[in-house]
Amino acid sequence: MSMPFYVPPEQLVKDRAEFARKGIARGRSIVAIEYDEGILILAENPSDTLHKISEIYDRVAFAGVGKFNEFESLRVAGTRHADLRGYLYSRADVSAKSLANAFSQTLGNIFTHEVKPYEVEILVAELGVNGDPNHLYRVTYDGTLSDEHSVCAIGGQFEELDAALRGSSFTPRPLADTIRHAAGAFAQVLDRDVDGWEAAVLDAAERRRAFRRLSDETVAAAFS
Amino acid sequence: MIDRPTSSFTDLLESLGLEPTWSLPDGGGALDVPVATTVLALRFADGVVMVGDRQATEGHLVAHRTIRKVFEADRFSAVAISGTAGIAVDLVRLFQTELEHYEKLEDTRLSLEGKATYLGRMVRQQLPLVFQGLVVVPLFAGYDESDRIGRLYTFDVVGGRYEEHEYGATGSGSRDAKSYLRASFADDLDEDAALDLGVKALVAAAQDDTATGGPDLARGILPNVVMVTERGFEEIDEPRVRDLATAALEAVK
Repeated sequence: MSMPFYVPPEQLVKDRAEFARKGIARGRSIVAIEYDEGILILAENPSDTLHKISEIYDRVAFAGVGKFNEFESLRVAGTRHADLRGYLYSRADVSAKSLANAFSQTLGNIFTHEVKPYEVEILVAELGVNGDPNHLYRVTYDGTLSDEHSVCAIGGQFEELDAALRGSSFTPRPLADTIRHAAGAFAQVLDRDVDGWEAAVLDAAERRRAFRRLSDETVAAAFS
Repeated sequence: MIDRPTSSFTDLLESLGLEPTWSLPDGGGALDVPVATTVLALRFADGVVMVGDRQATEGHLVAHRTIRKVFEADRFSAVAISGTAGIAVDLVRLFQTELEHYEKLEDTRLSLEGKATYLGRMVRQQLPLVFQGLVVVPLFAGYDESDRIGRLYTFDVVGGRYEEHEYGATGSGSRDAKSYLRASFADDLDEDAALDLGVKALVAAAQDDTATGGPDLARGILPNVVMVTERGFEEIDEPRVRDLATAALEAVK
């Protein structure tokens, strides 16, 4: 009978975390930032069809960085989770918190039990109803869940982006201003030209489904 | 979380054993449950108009006076129901979820015909209930985003799907509604004329069919009137429906 080598759990977790971080660091970052009438989510994405930002439910949006197939499978699972809940109970019973929790559980389990951890980071944004505050959650590769206010960045350079967006104080501004501000933060942190934008908003003016993709023209118009 | 390679919400429900079933014991006799009555739809120059009365009956009794029978299916389509109200309303909820689920997972909407076909399949699945007297017949209409015209579809109890080029109606008052529409329908009506005709046809149905609830201005009960055009689904607001209903009642005085 062969004996497996003993690997201390500290080492195991460290190795896995390092592996996942390396994968995520290669991915391009995404930011979510409040504006005066909703939440803007802006990503650097050269593709027009492979989206990193998606609608999950009426007032909940999803964004993922890292390996496309991995965050895509989480997005599909999240949409099923939300639609199932909304159908079995009520549309009002779907919340970003329960989704973020589910993502956190799933990623946590994969991190400890699977051969390879997911190389992804997930952002879940929820627009508050009737003056309730908005919610922004970041879920990392090991299932760590954090709750952010006003601004939330994910991806390799999330700390730098977060700092650049918040500045000394944060107040929500109109959408075009916010697009410029967010793009400016990318420019400051990346120190290179951005290779195409993907942008979407959760628009508080929408009656029910608040998620809307912004066309390239809308984004370009913000800069003119 | 669930993982199964399909974009259908019904498949998801089935994989979890949560799909809606209403299996009744054999020979249980007919149930007396609320029945939703007349709904109608017609095409006009910019799209389609759909109108539904608000009454549900249980035998000779009025079960509900302000039930809703016309719903937004998704941004570019509307669905209306007649028949066993409890089942029909749940069928609509499942249909709405199905369309939205597909749209989110695939990042594109089903074609209008695809939506109608799917609805027909849902009706067919109810077939065993038909023999127990629990009939559901929907009416489906929407704006075809690729052909840029309004289209409408009627169904039968076995799920047969028929595209109608002028108008369609279902429910107990549908015969009277259709004969009114047949006499007054014209191609390429404008928005005002189409809304007016839709409400008048419903009032005509309520005249002769006791199960159909006409507009009741004293109680403030007004039909549901919606239209779907290139702008998407729109519910006509109450003051405008009140004016349409007042004019229609005036015409039959």
